[in-house]
Amino acid sequence: MTHNEALFKYIIRIGDNSLILGQRLSEWCGHGPVLEEDIALTNTALDLIGQATSLLKYAGEIEGKGRNEDQLAFLRYEHEYLNCQLVELPNTDYAYTLARQFLFDHFNYLMYQELLDSEDKQLAAIAEKSLKEVTYHRRRSSEWMIRLGDGTQESHERIQAAMDDIWEYSGELFTGDDIDQMMLDSGIGVNLTKIKAEWHKSVAEVLETATLEKPKDDFMQLGGKQGKHTEYMGYILAEMQYMQRAYPNCEW
Amino acid sequence: MSNAEWPLWEVFIRSKQGLDHKHAGSLRAADAEMAIENARDVYTRRSEGVSIWVVESKNVYASSPEDNASFFEPSDSKIFRHPTFYEVPDGIEHM
Repeated sequence: MTHNEALFKYIIRIGDNSLILGQRLSEWCGHGPVLEEDIALTNTALDLIGQATSLLKYAGEIEGKGRNEDQLAFLRYEHEYLNCQLVELPNTDYAYTLARQFLFDHFNYLMYQELLDSEDKQLAAIAEKSLKEVTYHRRRSSEWMIRLGDGTQESHERIQAAMDDIWEYSGELFTGDDIDQMMLDSGIGVNLTKIKAEWHKSVAEVLETATLEKPKDDFMQLGGKQGKHTEYMGYILAEMQYMQRAYPNCEW
Repeated sequence: MSNAEWPLWEVFIRSKQGLDHKHAGSLRAADAEMAIENARDVYTRRSEGVSIWVVESKNVYASSPEDNASFFEPSDSKIFRHPTFYEVPDGIEHM
């Protein structure tokens, strides 16, 4: 694998995380439990789609085959998406949605912090812009963990069950492969081992305040970063890609 | 499941140019911290503000519309309370 191929995939992975989670969150638009939450979650979805736009546009430039951000977002096949499996999990209910958001926000925040010092100046610039948004996402989902965990008995039980259920998807965030290693060696990518330690610390702090039990690291689901996805991914893409597949090159 | 509603909060926003916080609207939130966050998402999406206050609506005491006649109408007939009767000397502009 050449340096450029690795860089392309590295950026696609970050961009696809934002794209797929943004698409997932947008399913809540118009269905939020209360109006305020509907607006807040849709804001987050828009932030993530915006970050994906910047990242996929840049990935297209790196690739140099003339693909723009829209073609990369809407016209790839499932195995060509390189997001982690965590972000494609279904919304299920508000507890699952926020548990997923909480685990991802803490990772995303730490990753962008590290990317500020990336040797790739374009990536560092995207990180700087995204970090302001992600800082708020992290704050918001953390506050929700505390409200739900330390709320009523029912809210406590449901958020704990959601956390226990999706925890096995958190390990992929920190599992590196040869692409991660190449990017780390060239000063572009982040040190996943370092982020993992910080993530466990900050997640544990919030969960403790929330009176929630931090699940144990056990078997972890892997493969999303290499293009192997859960059964849910195809449905997301079917909905997301419908317009571009049915009406090629349509614009609005 | 509890069907209790979250308390209502009044939101005040200070704009970039403004010196004072102005009433922007109201929203529901579980507590003050969440009210601030919801206000950020509901009322400052288009760069409306640089500072947010929230006050739980139950803590706002308001005058009653029934009192309007005795409260406010008496001042309508006292135009001398407005400083409109001074003679402005010649040569002073923009008064």
